[in-house]
Amino acid sequence: MAKVPLTREEMVDLYGPTLHYTPAGGFKTIEEYDRLVATHCCFCGQQCGINLKVKDNAVVGFEPRTDFPFNKGKLCPKGVKRYLQGSHPDRLMYPMKRTEKGYERISWDQALEETVSKIKEIQAKYGRDSFAMLSGVSLTTEKSYLVGKFARLALQTANLDYNGRLCMVSAGAGNKKAYGIDRASNHWEDITKAKVIFVIGTNIAECFPITTDYVWRARDNGAKLIYADPRMVPMARTADLYLPLRPGTDSALLISMLHVIIRDGLTDEKFIAEHTSGFEETREAVKDATPEWAAKITGIPAHQIEKAARWYGEAETGMILHARGLEHQTKGVENVVSCANLALATGKIGREGCGHSTITGQGNGQGGREHGHKCDQLPGNRDITNPEHRQYIADIWGVEESEIPGKGLSAQEILNEIHAGNIKGLLSICFNPLVSLPDANFNREALEKLEHYTVIDFFLSETAQHADIVLPGSLQEEDEGTTTSGEGRVIKINQAITPPGEAKKDWEILLDIAHRLGRGKYFPYQNTKEIFEELRLASRGGTADYSGITWERVEKENGVFWPAPQTTEKGKTAKRSEDLDTHHPGTPRLFEGGKFYHPDGRGHFNAVKWRESGEVVDTEYPIWLTTGRVVSQYLSGTQTRRIGPLVDQYPNPRMEIHPRLALKLNIQDNDWVTVKTRRGQITVRAMVVNTIRPDTVFVPYHWGGKQSINMLTQRALDPVSKIPEFKVSACVVSKATPEEIREGEEAQRLSGKTEKLPVNYGINDRRREFSR
Amino acid sequence: MSEMRFFIDPIRCIGCKSCMQACSECATHKGKPMIHLEYMERGNSTQTVPMVCMHCENPTCAAVCPADAIKRTEDQVVQSSLKERCIGCKNCVMACPFGVPRYYPEMDQMLKCDMCYDRTSQGLKPMCATVCPSEALFYGTLEEFQSRRKGTPINTFDFGMQEIKTRVFLVAPDGYVNLSMDVMHHLDGRFEDGAYDHLDPFSHLEAMPMSGGLL
Ligand code: SF4
Ligand code: SF4
Ligand code: SF4
Repeated sequence: MAKVPLTREEMVDLYGPTLHYTPAGGFKTIEEYDRLVATHCCFCGQQCGINLKVKDNAVVGFEPRTDFPFNKGKLCPKGVKRYLQGSHPDRLMYPMKRTEKGYERISWDQALEETVSKIKEIQAKYGRDSFAMLSGVSLTTEKSYLVGKFARLALQTANLDYNGRLCMVSAGAGNKKAYGIDRASNHWEDITKAKVIFVIGTNIAECFPITTDYVWRARDNGAKLIYADPRMVPMARTADLYLPLRPGTDSALLISMLHVIIRDGLTDEKFIAEHTSGFEETREAVKDATPEWAAKITGIPAHQIEKAARWYGEAETGMILHARGLEHQTKGVENVVSCANLALATGKIGREGCGHSTITGQGNGQGGREHGHKCDQLPGNRDITNPEHRQYIADIWGVEESEIPGKGLSAQEILNEIHAGNIKGLLSICFNPLVSLPDANFNREALEKLEHYTVIDFFLSETAQHADIVLPGSLQEEDEGTTTSGEGRVIKINQAITPPGEAKKDWEILLDIAHRLGRGKYFPYQNTKEIFEELRLASRGGTADYSGITWERVEKENGVFWPAPQTTEKGKTAKRSEDLDTHHPGTPRLFEGGKFYHPDGRGHFNAVKWRESGEVVDTEYPIWLTTGRVVSQYLSGTQTRRIGPLVDQYPNPRMEIHPRLALKLNIQDNDWVTVKTRRGQITVRAMVVNTIRPDTVFVPYHWGGKQSINMLTQRALDPVSKIPEFKVSACVVSKATPEEIREGEEAQRLSGKTEKLPVNYGINDRRREFSR
Repeated sequence: MSEMRFFIDPIRCIGCKSCMQACSECATHKGKPMIHLEYMERGNSTQTVPMVCMHCENPTCAAVCPADAIKRTEDQVVQSSLKERCIGCKNCVMACPFGVPRYYPEMDQMLKCDMCYDRTSQGLKPMCATVCPSEALFYGTLEEFQSRRKGTPINTFDFGMQEIKTRVFLVAPDGYVNLSMDVMHHLDGRFEDGAYDHLDPFSHLEAMPMSGGLL
């Protein structure tokens, strides 16, 4: 029974989150450093270039890295303060085992032995697939590749999935359906050349901040900005056209825009005829989707929908950007292909200033999912159910094809099966599902049912607190490898320091376990570069072809865009990575000349009919609830909720509510309010703002425990991408009762503790500065 | 060579506070940001306004300092108070027309933005303008600004009888910008009969007049 052994208060006391403010060595020495390491930010998918200051094997600060072309020195507050996660008091430094009284330190030997014997015991008793693995895309691509191989060949389980499942799998699935490949269609420079930029379901200012500069550069050149979102987020404020759509109605808006474009003859008939298929069905499907019809569903005035469609349709070049707002739905894939339909119908793809791109929320969301820790994929974006694909990877791995397990369950389904008692054991690495998956109470119950749980992580996240064995892994700056940014650019993460204490590099831990499972012969690596070399071979010929990319090239060229396939016969048949060629320049812009990645070379239209979300409002739960991020926090907050200056910027979750709704409910700014859905309730403070739809409330999701809005969201899944419906729930909001306020206050108290600060630091003064 | 200038363009500001976080990294004011970010009024808008020292040609803060603690360099950068001289009288805090200098009791000294003198004097950009994701803060020449950006840079301000010329430019947007915003203005008639064909979340609630504005 993997129950947390101590009270929440005791756990916070022992393992944090502790609000860390001081750089290693203290503020006095911040300017002194031994060397600068050019690397990248460990957070969102923009993967900004950054220099880390290193002194005595500790990261002591940052210096802008102006030579990296994507961000040219620009950083968001997370990037600026990311260095504070190093030398952090909560850092896990040695292996631990759970006891009645909390965690006790044990040796690596014991920790690994217990993990391995449990894996063997559970698999012998209940079958191989009863032991599952969950992985994260903060890992480098090398590690993701290794995890994929590890789960299939060492654990020999089909049940491996990753936290990108909560991120952009809908975009991935939609892109594959439309274009036959799963990547942003363009490098970001194309944004600056677009004449119209259509942003839907993404708060780019807070989730992808550097992208705002690309949008501004386009606008300086005269581009129009259309922004669709239930909230008037910072970029929407300045948009030329703002469309405040109701949560969950994205496809109605998109279908209707296509209707107008077809009706007004704004389609690119030549492009459609030469480079696409399926247009007739799509034209038929949007026949009745008039702006008046869509206005009733979305709440956007019909003439605004017409305007948006005409602006996009008439412009010579145009770019569509979207993110989780539209993807985190049971209709995520339909929403994405609806965007693709717009791009294909107007021929705004595959040329300068045109494209359709998703914004990658997680650091290595792009690279991570291409190479194999996704339940249905093998390296190179290969399909695990395709016999040829399986055979190719089996040859690279040196196993029989039959030895590679089949398609496994997705992340939420794994938790569902744990809850149902069918999966008994779990190994996870850098994934905090208790905060990031919907319906947290259900998932907590699931974790409590596990017979064994081993976690590899660097902080004891909310989920990790359920583990039986804790293995201290590595931070991004403690290892080297590559990641792939939201643009599709493969970049190099450089090692700045070595793991502290007894902590180890993640890949070394996985290798140790594999050896102890008797499967060591499949994992002969001496370093991560060797893993990359194998990955090059394994990805060759797949859609995500990295075979022409080398670490050296990545460093020299400041990143290489995949695909970079083989160009010579020798490379195409090579058995060793040394024989692969590196002539291909990389592909910043996909689909040039209207060439798509489906076998027929065409872009595919996918007819979409409007349908409602998994849960709709009713008299009992009359308000739409939607969730998202704030700029100072990242994902489940495992890292950022420990960085003092970032916490001070937005210390606790708040609920945004429009004054009209607030008045109805007798709520004033800063009042404690209780938000409740069919799955749970939380009590937070209200922020009464004109910048949200009056039928919708918004709560950011980065917090755990009783501050976790994901206790309220639903487990309903998109049928194709298996992404849960985070962005649409029906809720009821009320002024909090005294008892609920006490709970809310306690939750705030337990959300973190402040480290002891140096004198003369002026913390209170500082807190005032940063809290908004 | 044209002189490097500092530009503040609040319209582009996304309120991310990168500038504050980066400024607070500076060795001379450890942990404290010298740039301030004001919310217009969060209830009505997501508009934010970053504020650095404007580096006036005739700095009022220096003029009123009885201890002569505030110096201006040859390249027109107005410095923080000199530690040995600052007597903590807060005259500068009161006098600055832009509300920039702050007095820090735990250090007993006035500190303010010195345009990252350690960096700008070495040919680097100031920390805040380097990191600002949206280029709401921009450091470059006036020509560079005008060649690629919209808006009108202004560096002359009237405060009653006092005309102040500054080294830092504030960017005035082209045309009228509505800073107060309400999603209601962009919606269909939310409370009109039959406005929605799906379940109306407010059907059981009484309708309100569509007057707009805050309550
Ligand atoms: S979180 Fe994203 S935007 Fe911020 S610094 Fe890191 S990579 Fe850049
Ligand atoms: S110019 Fe330098 S000192 Fe002034 S606010 Fe910006 S970062 Fe701070
Ligand atoms: S860094 Fe730039 S965009 Fe962010 S708050 Fe500061 S001025 Fe505004």
